[in-house]
Amino acid sequence: MAVAVSLGASACSSSDSGGDGSGGGGNAKADAGLTSVVNATDKKGGTVTYEHSSGPDSLDPGNTYYGWVQNFSRLYARALVTFKPAAGKESLKVVPDLATSLGKASPDAKTWTYTLRKGVKFEDGTEITSKDVKYAVERSNFAPEALSNGPTYFKAYLEGGDKYKGPYKDKSAAGLKSIETPDDYTIVFKLNKPFADMDYLAAFSQTAPVPQKADTGASYVQKMVSSGPYKFSAYDESKGATLVRNPQWDPKTDPIRKALPDKIELKLNVNPTTVDDHLLNDVSTADVAGTGLQSKTQPKVLAKAAEKAKTDNPYAGALQYMALNVNVKPFDNIECRKAVQYAVDKQSLIDSIGGSVKGDPASTVIPPTVAGYKKFDLYPTKGSKGDIAKAKEHLTKCGQPKGFKTTLTARSDRPDEITAATQLQGSLKAIGITAEIKQFPSDKYFTDFAGVPAWVHKNNAGMMMMQWGADWPTGFGFLDQIVNGSAIKPSGGTNLMELNDKGINDALIKGIGTVDTTARNAAWGEVDQKVMENASLVPLVYRKNLLYRPDSAANVTVTDAYLGMYDYVLMTSAK
Amino acid sequence: MAAYIIRRVFAAVLLLLVVSAVTFAIFFLVPRLGGQTLDSMAAQYVGKSPDPDVIAAVKKNLGLDQPLYVQYWEFVKGIVVGADYQFGPDPVTCNAPCFGYSFKTHTEIWPQLVDRVPVTLSLAVGAAVIWVVSGVAIGVLSALKRGSFFDRLSMGVALAGVSLPMFFTGLVVLALFGNGEYVPFADSPIEWAGSLVLPWCTLALLYSALYARLTRAGMLETMGEDYIRTARAKGLRERKVVVKHGLRSALTPLVTIFGMDFALLLGGAVITERVFSFQGLGAFAIQGVTTADLPKVMGVTLVAAFFIVICNLLVDLVYAAIDPRVRLS
Repeated sequence: MAVAVSLGASACSSSDSGGDGSGGGGNAKADAGLTSVVNATDKKGGTVTYEHSSGPDSLDPGNTYYGWVQNFSRLYARALVTFKPAAGKESLKVVPDLATSLGKASPDAKTWTYTLRKGVKFEDGTEITSKDVKYAVERSNFAPEALSNGPTYFKAYLEGGDKYKGPYKDKSAAGLKSIETPDDYTIVFKLNKPFADMDYLAAFSQTAPVPQKADTGASYVQKMVSSGPYKFSAYDESKGATLVRNPQWDPKTDPIRKALPDKIELKLNVNPTTVDDHLLNDVSTADVAGTGLQSKTQPKVLAKAAEKAKTDNPYAGALQYMALNVNVKPFDNIECRKAVQYAVDKQSLIDSIGGSVKGDPASTVIPPTVAGYKKFDLYPTKGSKGDIAKAKEHLTKCGQPKGFKTTLTARSDRPDEITAATQLQGSLKAIGITAEIKQFPSDKYFTDFAGVPAWVHKNNAGMMMMQWGADWPTGFGFLDQIVNGSAIKPSGGTNLMELNDKGINDALIKGIGTVDTTARNAAWGEVDQKVMENASLVPLVYRKNLLYRPDSAANVTVTDAYLGMYDYVLMTSAK
Repeated sequence: MAAYIIRRVFAAVLLLLVVSAVTFAIFFLVPRLGGQTLDSMAAQYVGKSPDPDVIAAVKKNLGLDQPLYVQYWEFVKGIVVGADYQFGPDPVTCNAPCFGYSFKTHTEIWPQLVDRVPVTLSLAVGAAVIWVVSGVAIGVLSALKRGSFFDRLSMGVALAGVSLPMFFTGLVVLALFGNGEYVPFADSPIEWAGSLVLPWCTLALLYSALYARLTRAGMLETMGEDYIRTARAKGLRERKVVVKHGLRSALTPLVTIFGMDFALLLGGAVITERVFSFQGLGAFAIQGVTTADLPKVMGVTLVAAFFIVICNLLVDLVYAAIDPRVRLS
């Protein structure tokens, strides 16, 4: 289910306008938040009110996978590095936070060293040391008996990660040996393979320090010790939380945060209709989930010019696609897959789910806002409406001139996905492919159905609806879990195509070992092209969200790094 | 009387055990019939793309790898004597009654249930008072003025009220009046009442319509009885005739229905809570079901069953009080 809460980025020019203290009323136009800071202000004070229609997996920075929590937690948890709170393309840049600079890599990209700033304190007044960062990584990645929600990249990449039992079972003073803390301000990560995207891992909230003496495992979330400008004054798992200023936060140690609001309220489990109403009536500041207005609210807002001017329609860094499983006949034949690539009418699909505000027709795996995006289209059709003739040509080449039957899976609790699947069913019928749609709930989709190869083969599920966003906004972060052969799992896998191409796997490994950023980003474009040549992934839509800025929201800008939602470090309120 | 109550309590405990066993069985066995494996079950409680080690650790820590009867026994034992858990560096004791820990967040269930009961109770009691008073009053008046304009109008409105689903009226009310937040009674009784007025009225609309119709039907039947004529003939005031003699007899079916309605509402006014964003037992139940969080589901189910049992007992006691023909035996 967390797949929908993707991570993304966009690329536009930037302008970080200085504030004049007004902080309210909007003269800004639609999409102003994509390239500038809207309602810019430097005024301290006010209460920011965030609402969510359900809740986080956890607010504990060491126990979360959700993009919005990674964004939001920066208010009370400082990671080694983070994404720059800035407008436009600048928001994709990784900048130092707790550390004094980005990581220093060894030539083989296997050893990474970070130096911590001196004098940064927890809310209880104790100074933050490298041991606290090491402990944070140990508890978040290696103690699944207590904290099982977050990503486990550190575990996968640190030397000896598969053997370390975590700080709750291994009570030795040394802990995980591949994280070294030679002194209080230095931390060294020793990886088991070259990994040039290490700064992106270091930007995860999992590197935000946690004092071992205050850690109670799963219940730490109820009494977290802040390292950021705000600390918790109230917390309830279902109702939400209140954050107030942390007097121990020293702005001199924190060049990226202005910490303007006095208070931050987070309200959970608010009826989704009410969340949208509160935004439109300027009762709340933002929908913290960051996926934008509900489909039913969108037409209301887009119809009025004054309301439309308060919207931003960024790329969500997510790709909606259809996976063709290469182990289910006849999709084992590349010509049959190419037939599908040509058959799909992407424009009509977008029209059926709500029009261009929902996204653009996609032709690549990596969406436009992720580093490494290369624009190309191997299966072009006029107006992205499909090409029946070409499709039939390929169908004949694969020995199925009359078409065939197959099953198309989709998630029942995602209305857009069901609509898209129905639209695709129609496109495929035109060339003789009969796709029976089978629906499953999101939270079981990967664990019990589409992500279980045995089930897929047994049930002839040749086509599966899918949506994906990167765990960090680079080509590797986007591609690795969906096209790498190693991402195929007996259950819970996300490589639904079961694509296991040596060329692609090797290119991914080579790319991630390339320290030079330009060369590395170019490598991702190459992998993308190889995947599209394989034709097993049918890109459909580069998803977009429609965000809304109430009048009282200030310092509003879209962060490309966190799935195209607003930047919560910058956000403040005129109320 | 005491013996009667003791017998009923004993039967209640037995019933709760059966309910818990059935819930347990449904939770675990039905997905298995659908082909779910233990691994895919454990995978529901972790983040995306889980590592096999993570799944194994979760399976072990939640006790999912134990046979069902062992898991059930541990659960029942926890309620009676408490249990020890470990979701961090040190073990923690969950004191009796221990309803276990959420599979997803590892937080104790019992305190969360206790926290939510006042919300659902506030919702249910307030709405109940409104719907009983208004429903019965309208029903009585309609029966006494049978055939009049008032009777026809009120029964027409009642029909509409009974027919309109809660999620419709709730959303209309929300759209018209907006949404407030629940304020605990202890914080401010006035704001508490203020935050509840809308959900009370919305809920009451549905039920009072039903009670008005039931009361009217019961009154019409009763007021035609011979003993009512006798009461009037004795010279009793009309009000005493209607209330003490007429209404009291018509109340019996109402009491039965009220017992069930109120008890079910105490288990969580699911739709109302969701529409008005109240964190009561109903919202808790939805969260438990959508995240396949067994301890939450068990907790709410048992609390709901408990309320139904208590309400049924109270209903039977009330019968004995209002109907002298009934003897508790």
